[in-house]
Order: sequence, then C-alpha cells, then structure tokens
Amino acid sequence: MQISTRRHDKVTIFDLSGDIDFANSPELRQSVLREIHENRSARVVINLSKVNYIDSSGVASLVEGLKASRDFGSHFILFGLSTSAREVLQLSRLIKVFEVCDNEEQALAV
Amino acid sequence: MMALSSNPKWLSIVRAAVERLTETLGFNAEHCRSITRAVDEALTNIVRHSYSNRRDQPITMYFRKAQRKQEGEVQHGLEIILCDRGPVADATKWRGRPLGEIRPGGLGLHLIHDAMDIVEFSRKGDINRLRLVKYLGQASPAA
Repeated sequence: MQISTRRHDKVTIFDLSGDIDFANSPELRQSVLREIHENRSARVVINLSKVNYIDSSGVASLVEGLKASRDFGSHFILFGLSTSAREVLQLSRLIKVFEVCDNEEQALAV
Repeated sequence: MMALSSNPKWLSIVRAAVERLTETLGFNAEHCRSITRAVDEALTNIVRHSYSNRRDQPITMYFRKAQRKQEGEVQHGLEIILCDRGPVADATKWRGRPLGEIRPGGLGLHLIHDAMDIVEFSRKGDINRLRLVKYLGQASPAA
C-alpha cells in the first residue's frame, strides 16, 4: 500500500493505492489519526479508487479515523470504493456509517 | 500444500494464489473474492491470536477439491485447511462483534463465516486446524 497526502485549505485527501491488509493497516491508522489530531483538518477524505482489497484490519483503521473525526467535529469521507471494498463495508454493516461518495468532486462538495 | 511463516508479508501472495485457484475451479467472481477474503482473515487471525504477532512461526495450508451429495446431486467445491502450532485455542470463545457497531475489530470472523459453507476448528496434538469448505453453487446429477 502507498499513501500520499494532498492538503487544500482545511481539507486533507489521502490517496491510497494497493491492498490494505494486516501487513500495512497500522501505517494507515497512524497516518489518518496523526492528520486528525495534529492538523485538525475540517474534512478528511480517503481516496480508495486505487485500492483493490481491504481487510477487516483496514476497515478497523477507517473506523478509528471516523471516530477520531467525530471527536474533533470534522468530516470523514470515503470515495472510489472498489467492489471488494464495498462488499466488506456492506457485510460489516458499516457502509451507512461512513459518508461514501462516488468521486472526489462529490466528496469535496459534501 | 503451501508452507509459510507467520509474517504478514505473505498475505498478499496467498490472496493471489487463492483468487487464481478459485477462478480455476469455477467459482463466480463474488465467491472468488469472498473465499479469498476468508482465507486472508483466517491467516491474519493465526498471526495475531495464535502467534501473538510473531513473524517466524509455521503455518501450513492444504487445498483440495471437495464434494458432497446434496438432494441427490453431487456438489463440487474447495476445502482449505490451515494449520498452526500456536497454543490451544478455545473456539467457543470466538465471537465477532455485533455488526454495524462503530468500533474497530471483530469483523474477521463474520467475513469467514459469511464466505464459507463449513468452518470447523479442531486441535490435533499440538496443531490447531481450521477447515474451510465452500461448494460451487450449481450441483451436477449424481452418477
């Protein structure tokens, strides 16, 4: 998995690529939580359009990001979910817990 | 048979192999993804819980074709057995968290059970053995 970050005003976009699994989900968790706690972004957007696979530990990292965002009163938005990623969120009944958008434009407009 | 260490770096290799195997056996795309996910989650559980994140412990996986008779018809499928040498695991205490609850963790078991027709745990000697079976949807007439 690779993580790169873009910042515009108070919006932070994480561009993720590759698979998110137990080998690398701690890195994702750390990056997202650091952004929320230290930079206090008003909106954290996770671009999953280049992520083919996400396991339960990856979902757990996103849940932690969502909870931390709520604690700081910021938005936590996902977009570009692959079929596999959408299935995992549906199976875990978390799809409606997250704000999920189809693309970046939508995610920035929410 | 596939023998590997408990290093999470092998997860992506195993996923690629299982996805290809399930495609070859004729599972549809959704089932290929879900079986692959189940094996990945089962391996992760072994690394985390059986081996407490130690990366140099042995895991052995066996793959073979399975079949059963269902209402007079033969149903083919895939049996996957994962073996580890961790401490005795009490399968009765395994439970996932309530679905939809907003907290991290506890999803892996749900994903395994959702994907597979049979999920069985046993202990033989000093080996934990997790047996996963998935049958193809369409049965063929029994000979």
